[in-house]
Amino acid sequence: MLHIFWLPRFRYAAGAVWRRNVLVWRKFFTPSLLINFGEPFLYLLGLGYGLGLFIGEMMDMPYLTFLASGILASSAMNTASFEAMYSVYTRMVPQRTYDAIMATPLEVHDILAGEVLWSATKSLISGATILLVAAALGAVHSWQALWVLPVLFLTGLCFAGLGLIMTAFAQGYDFFNYYMTLVLTPMFILSGVFYPVSSLPDPLQVAVQILPLVHAVDLVRPLVAGQPVTNVLMHLSVLVVYSVASYAIAAVLIRRRLLI
Amino acid sequence: MKSVIEARGLTKYFDGRAAVRGIDLTIPAGRCFGVLGPNGAGKTTTLRMLLGVSPPTSGELKVFDLPITSAGREIRARMGVVPQLDNLDPDFTVAENLRIYGRYFGIAPVALNARIRELLAFVNLADRADSPIATLSGGMKRRLTIARALVNEPELVVLDEPTTGLDPQARHMIWGKLRELRAAGKTLLLTTHYMEEAERLCDELVIMDHGKILAQGSPKALVRAHVEPEVIEVRGDDARARALLSGIRDGRTEAVGDTCYFYTRDARAVVAGLEKSPEFTFLHRPANLEDVFLRLTGRDLRD
Repeated sequence: MLHIFWLPRFRYAAGAVWRRNVLVWRKFFTPSLLINFGEPFLYLLGLGYGLGLFIGEMMDMPYLTFLASGILASSAMNTASFEAMYSVYTRMVPQRTYDAIMATPLEVHDILAGEVLWSATKSLISGATILLVAAALGAVHSWQALWVLPVLFLTGLCFAGLGLIMTAFAQGYDFFNYYMTLVLTPMFILSGVFYPVSSLPDPLQVAVQILPLVHAVDLVRPLVAGQPVTNVLMHLSVLVVYSVASYAIAAVLIRRRLLI
Repeated sequence: MKSVIEARGLTKYFDGRAAVRGIDLTIPAGRCFGVLGPNGAGKTTTLRMLLGVSPPTSGELKVFDLPITSAGREIRARMGVVPQLDNLDPDFTVAENLRIYGRYFGIAPVALNARIRELLAFVNLADRADSPIATLSGGMKRRLTIARALVNEPELVVLDEPTTGLDPQARHMIWGKLRELRAAGKTLLLTTHYMEEAERLCDELVIMDHGKILAQGSPKALVRAHVEPEVIEVRGDDARARALLSGIRDGRTEAVGDTCYFYTRDARAVVAGLEKSPEFTFLHRPANLEDVFLRLTGRDLRD
């Protein structure tokens, strides 16, 4: 049964699934873009300006910039997680979309590869809109901030894979609450989105290094602030390892669930 | 004649429970082949194995002379599927459903557009091309599902209970379309528990129950082989009907609820007797596939 460990085979097949989702997204273009713009706008305006007034600078940058870079990374996490859980579950179970697709030459791997690529694409879209909002508010300090986009895509791949693992076990939407409450929310609070990780107690500072969001934030923040990026290879490796491993595990689990 | 599907000793277990127990099937090209059976007989499991989405526990299964375990992609590229439960994509319109599905087969855009127009005309949905799926009736959805199954110009079309839940008008229309496909040289494999459907459409069929094939043949041959040619159904007082029918030697009686079924080679004497007794309501009819089906699978309720 070695074939179950094959990595995604990206070809037209996965592309067809990706294009299906793009087409649905285009239908709800206006509302989804409004949400994409609206939420970060509120965060940046409310927290960035409001709190920023009291905080002033954090890690040698205006608090608005500090916060904007954290929100960029965490929204990539949320967007991909949401897509890989709620949307994938909807297509897999109530809508039976995958049953229909599995009657074509496509295989489970193609579907999952398409879904993971699409989840990461959504992270990219939401990241791009936040970057625009942040730039408009004067929080972006350098053109090197454009490098944030591929980083957010990778962050999306990573959290899409993790979300798919949850979906493989889900018997209903309520199941995702465990992961949201026990994993995503603590990660959001502890990964240096709102304050630097260095202000955590020492043992916790070490422990949070296993969280992928920490590494996404560490890559995004200096890019937005126009500062030099350190430990690039290490941060990227963590994200890549999470992406590949979570995808491989999810693929095994979902194959087992669908091919019965 | 070339065969499209070959199964030998095909077996499927779910957690130690047998769903299909070693069936042999040979389905010739260009025919309409039926699989009949009560709920839980193993029909859908057999179809899922044919699609390659349910790996057989043991046995051999070849479609287009290719083994399903290693050539699933290639087989599905030449096959169309109409599932039991509609799984049209609710996010899209009628035409978009066909377009998206065509892409899964890697059909080029220009060819696909022409194909969509053709298919919508074939299933009489040309004027609904831009309708959302939610606005279609049950019959329209099923027609669209059939069109979708044809998007890759398949050699084999597999239909799992294609008319379940449809009104008579919609069923007749779908039967007509299936006969057209059959006339166009496609091989059809359909499961159903409507005997009338099987009798009208199938050149040959198998009756399955408890994961096994109980009988195989054309509808007429099955009726000839398994039941007497004439049936009299008598409704009314069970004991008296029994008494009346048990006096006749050439026949067999079965009582179900308030109805006695009398199977015989020559019904004239019984009919004459019944006509003298106005307390009985009776129906005299030729034996059909349903009689064969009930004889082979029993009259117990299935869930």
